[in-house]
Amino acid sequence: MAALLQVKNLKTQFFTQDGVVKAVDGVSFDLGEGDTLGIVGESGCGKSVTVLSVMRLIPQPPGKIVDGEVLFDGEDLLKVSDEQIRRVRGNKIAMVFQDPMTSLNPVLTINQQISEALELHLGMNKEAARKRTIELLETVGIPEAAKRVDDYPHQFSGGMRQRAMIAMALSCNPQLLIADEPTTALDVTIQAQIIELVKRLQKELGMAVIWITHDLGVVAGLCQRVIVMYAGHIIEQAKIKELYGHPSHPYTLGLLGSIPRLDAARKSKLTPIEGLPPDLIDAPPGCPFVPRCAYTQDICVQERPELRTVAPEHQIACWVDVKGGKG
Amino acid sequence: MAGQNGVLLEVKNLKMYFPITQGIIIQRHVADVKAVDGLDFFVRKGETLGLVGESGCGKSTTGRAILQLYRPTAGQVLFDGVDLCKIGGEQLRRTRRRLQMIFQDPYASLNPRMTVGDIIGEPIEIHGLAKSRKERLERVQELLRVVGLNPYFSNRYPHEFSGGQRQRIGVARALAVQPEFIVCDEPISALDVSIQAQIINLLEELQSDFGLTYLFIAHDLSVVRHISDRVAVMYLGKIVEIATRDKLYYDPLHPYTKALLSAVPIPDPTVEEKRERIILVGDVPSPVNPPKGCHFHTRCPIAIDICKEADPEFVDKTGDGHWAACHRV
Repeated sequence: MAALLQVKNLKTQFFTQDGVVKAVDGVSFDLGEGDTLGIVGESGCGKSVTVLSVMRLIPQPPGKIVDGEVLFDGEDLLKVSDEQIRRVRGNKIAMVFQDPMTSLNPVLTINQQISEALELHLGMNKEAARKRTIELLETVGIPEAAKRVDDYPHQFSGGMRQRAMIAMALSCNPQLLIADEPTTALDVTIQAQIIELVKRLQKELGMAVIWITHDLGVVAGLCQRVIVMYAGHIIEQAKIKELYGHPSHPYTLGLLGSIPRLDAARKSKLTPIEGLPPDLIDAPPGCPFVPRCAYTQDICVQERPELRTVAPEHQIACWVDVKGGKG
Repeated sequence: MAGQNGVLLEVKNLKMYFPITQGIIIQRHVADVKAVDGLDFFVRKGETLGLVGESGCGKSTTGRAILQLYRPTAGQVLFDGVDLCKIGGEQLRRTRRRLQMIFQDPYASLNPRMTVGDIIGEPIEIHGLAKSRKERLERVQELLRVVGLNPYFSNRYPHEFSGGQRQRIGVARALAVQPEFIVCDEPISALDVSIQAQIINLLEELQSDFGLTYLFIAHDLSVVRHISDRVAVMYLGKIVEIATRDKLYYDPLHPYTKALLSAVPIPDPTVEEKRERIILVGDVPSPVNPPKGCHFHTRCPIAIDICKEADPEFVDKTGDGHWAACHRV
């Protein structure tokens, strides 16, 4: 399996008045062609900043990618010129954002917005681009695409806007689709539609997908591999069945224990993770999860654990061996 | 439905329409957004009724109409036998002490210029529940302790707290007037996953400590299942099904409830592999011009001709409190 994307020791920091926020602090992962990777974590854990860094979309200043490599097809995206990265964005790597209400331009028609990428990256003329746009809208399941193509975003519902965003992302046949919480703003029935759509498109087009979410349920039905992030670090990564079958990091265990499941017997009480996510300015030297962890030992406070392998293709960043299992 | 023992709140044929007007100086009434269109349900003392549905189905409007934050267009809201829609002024204000609300967004529902002590103390003062400043402060500190915050936080401002802590302040404010009934309007949707469980546990503890009755509004079916005794499912301004929790989740009758349940992702890849999803086509129609007949027929996988013509009656299908509105069951 050839690696399509290799992220090595990525560090992104934000220089604010209050201090340096280490939003992403040494993240490494690989993604093969046609793979689906889920990145799970709470708000502020660095999951969005990770992929925005891959696309080089970090606002600068205050943000800065201070270290690391992002090898896409063998080329380090952090080193190429602005001109070159623009040719990659929207063309080879496309992105779908969380909020379809704010990520479409309200004063341009859907046709103008999708055609723009086609004209820019593939050099199509207006007519060809329009034809292709209609095809794309049909692919993502917009009814009466030929008529709706001249609508403005406000004439679309939330689910349709997200479909239009996906159509736009697909326009140049990307090798990698990054979806940043694409269904968080949508209702469950619409979320189910979008997930089915992405699964189908992935099968048909063979692209790789990175799916970012805070919902452990969405990932379970969609991805092959999962990365769990906490406070700017990867704290656990594994194949999907391994992760849900034998979660090993105390944080992952905590997350799985704190959400009620629709199919399991009702528990009398949930077991929340006590405390709050840490402040990323002036993080203490030890493991960032220490203040909320039930298994803390002396070493956890002194030194931050590196990722170590606990089972084939299953790594955790934790000093302690916690026996994880279902229920 | 009426007359049953222990019923604290009963809603009869509740309708809440918002007018759409045209023109600037002379406003003509052209249509209505039928946000809530004829609801019948009751809540027993001490129980939690979950109210679920997708955005725009009218669940939050229902909560607000019960508290008379909106004056309903038609129908009755009987709280302890008194119709809240008929009373006003001083009488309504005094009755409202017994009904409170916890809001969805803990960032928007606390006044940023007031200290936490003033936020929680204001309802105590309005309802004259404390005789002196000192007593008020003691009460505020006790409430902070009850919701799991440090009592000495009372002179801090909301921006000094995290989302979960702010939601605790919102809960303390609702508890300040010793209410009997609380409408929880998506109290955990704005919070992080690891924090959600903390607030759910807090709400459950408070319920058993103070004998509270909840109307728990949410779109997350797993959470509603966890906290509710009975569950009502709404679609486009109407309740389509009400049942006890286990009946609704294990034996749903209405096709919309079935689709909704099947769409909820389960955090287990082995289960997900085997699951059959009912994927609904299309979107929720506009409440300005809802479809004729059953509101759900445009997306229903089992709709027949009668569904397009006649509005199905909301009846007890099994004879033991499992109500549904569908021609096909």
